[in-house]
Amino acid sequence: MKQLIIPALLALLIAGCSSTPDAPEQSGAPVESRTGGNGVATVTAGGLDGRNLPAVLTDPKSILSKRSVYFDYDKYEVRAEYKDLVTAHAKFLADNRQFKMLIQGNTDDRGSREYNLALGQKRSDAVKKMLTLLGAREEQVESVSLGEEKPKNEGQNEAAWAENRRGDMLYNGEF
Amino acid sequence: MLRPLLKLRGLSLIAFSALSLLQTPSHAELTIEITGAGANRIPLAIADFGGDQGTSRTLTSVIRGDLERSGLFKMIDASGVAMNESTNPAYGDWKNRGADALTAGSIGPTGDGRQEARFRLYDVNRQSTLAGTAFVTSTPMLRAAGHRIADVIYEKLIGEPGVFATRIAYVVKSGSNRYELHVADADGQNAQAALKSKEPIISPAWSPDGTRLAYVSFENKKPVVYVHSLASGQRIVVANFKGSNSAPAWSPDGRKLAVVLSKEGGSQIFTVNADGSGVQRLTTSSGINTEPFFAADGRSIYFTSDRGGSPQIYRVGVGGGDDQRITFEGSYNVSPRISPDGKSLAFISRRESGFRLAVMDLASKQVQILTDSSKDESPTFAPNGRMILIATEIGGRGVLSAVSVDGRIKQRLSIAAGDVREPAWGPYNK
Repeated sequence: MKQLIIPALLALLIAGCSSTPDAPEQSGAPVESRTGGNGVATVTAGGLDGRNLPAVLTDPKSILSKRSVYFDYDKYEVRAEYKDLVTAHAKFLADNRQFKMLIQGNTDDRGSREYNLALGQKRSDAVKKMLTLLGAREEQVESVSLGEEKPKNEGQNEAAWAENRRGDMLYNGEF
Repeated sequence: MLRPLLKLRGLSLIAFSALSLLQTPSHAELTIEITGAGANRIPLAIADFGGDQGTSRTLTSVIRGDLERSGLFKMIDASGVAMNESTNPAYGDWKNRGADALTAGSIGPTGDGRQEARFRLYDVNRQSTLAGTAFVTSTPMLRAAGHRIADVIYEKLIGEPGVFATRIAYVVKSGSNRYELHVADADGQNAQAALKSKEPIISPAWSPDGTRLAYVSFENKKPVVYVHSLASGQRIVVANFKGSNSAPAWSPDGRKLAVVLSKEGGSQIFTVNADGSGVQRLTTSSGINTEPFFAADGRSIYFTSDRGGSPQIYRVGVGGGDDQRITFEGSYNVSPRISPDGKSLAFISRRESGFRLAVMDLASKQVQILTDSSKDESPTFAPNGRMILIATEIGGRGVLSAVSVDGRIKQRLSIAAGDVREPAWGPYNK
């Protein structure tokens, strides 16, 4: 299923698409399943094969292999210590126009899910703003939020919450 | 399919005879636990329904279970009495047992393969008939017939419509990445998965006609708003713009949705037709505007905004402009939901470091905190406005809790196998 969804999303991104009235209507059985059976989404669009990212993005020795920006509690500005990291990704995007990036903002799980979704958006927007100021093009970068829904650390303590106050930068094929 | 286990505390013993009838093998068990009851419960006797033993037992136990769980009735022991809807009640005996109201009935075949449930409701003190109705049903729909009968009894005795025949939607998370959007009867039975996903599902919202659910699914690695027709399984992408798409809320006429989109920067409220066309921006302030909810008359939208420095609830006309701040007490007031009669506002308020269910009387602006829990979320009114269902956490596990608007009656709904969250109470089942 993942293999179907990823190309579909990429196709949407490549098309610069965002509109919905002409989005495909999906049909399924009354009881749907994302994992098999009648209800599988019928999206079949092709896309880039993201498994072949250049080594510079994945080599642990490369700064570009680092993708996470952490935030302070109730704060939405990129901290100074992440300037070099974000600058490096901005330069990579500027030099490689065929690459696109999805920034996923995250929060800890305290409070309303939808309000946290909006807070996560503030974080991904901050990373996106910095990337575009440093040379990435607007159409290369999409900032979205996962809110509190995908915690990296499920603990209920300050260390866990700090890990979840985060923006992740994903390249084509990683999302 | 979920089966209830009834754990009744401090209530009459008759419930335990119902319990024994309901114990059947099950896959995942939805436990409904009553943790509080009304102060002045109406003493009600429900005689065992006549007819085939299996079906009549099920019917009787559904009716008793519904009314008992409402917290508004005290069940009077009706054992040892054989009667149906055509028996003249021995009023004196029922008065001696302490009953103010009595129900008797039966179920039997109609001749065309279906069954008819008939019943009468009596006022024991006035020795008169309050109601009498028949429902044609089939064996698979037996429980539904029981809910209908319970609704009639409830409405006659309480004076407002019952919600036993309504449905609820909620999300079950099990393991690290199994998410299922379930639709179940209001008593937790007959749960069916409308959607299964490996990515989160949040914010389900019922269309006013009860045929569709709008929700946010992360199956594409970002939040996208769908409208899902329950009978056919057909899904429409209502909002999949660049950025995040979330927080769907139906207009009372079912023609539009309010959604939150980040496509123009920040999180802003837009309205969109239910087919995804006609997107119009509603809010303009910088920062966060989210969690829209239509007023009962459809003319304004309540929402959460951080424009004043902390999240508070505001209201804006559907034409835009004329924003008004609604909450002032405390530094965190979110998730506004308007009662069906339009007179009160349920929301989540952070008090003493806990997130608690609060209700504001919109006319007087008086706020009442209804819970003492610490992680309440996502309030949703029953269609008669009597109860509010919320998600909360007990012992690190997500459960649902139904709380009466006066805070007296509390029920807890949980599934042993997972976290239950994101409840949405459906409309009356027409």
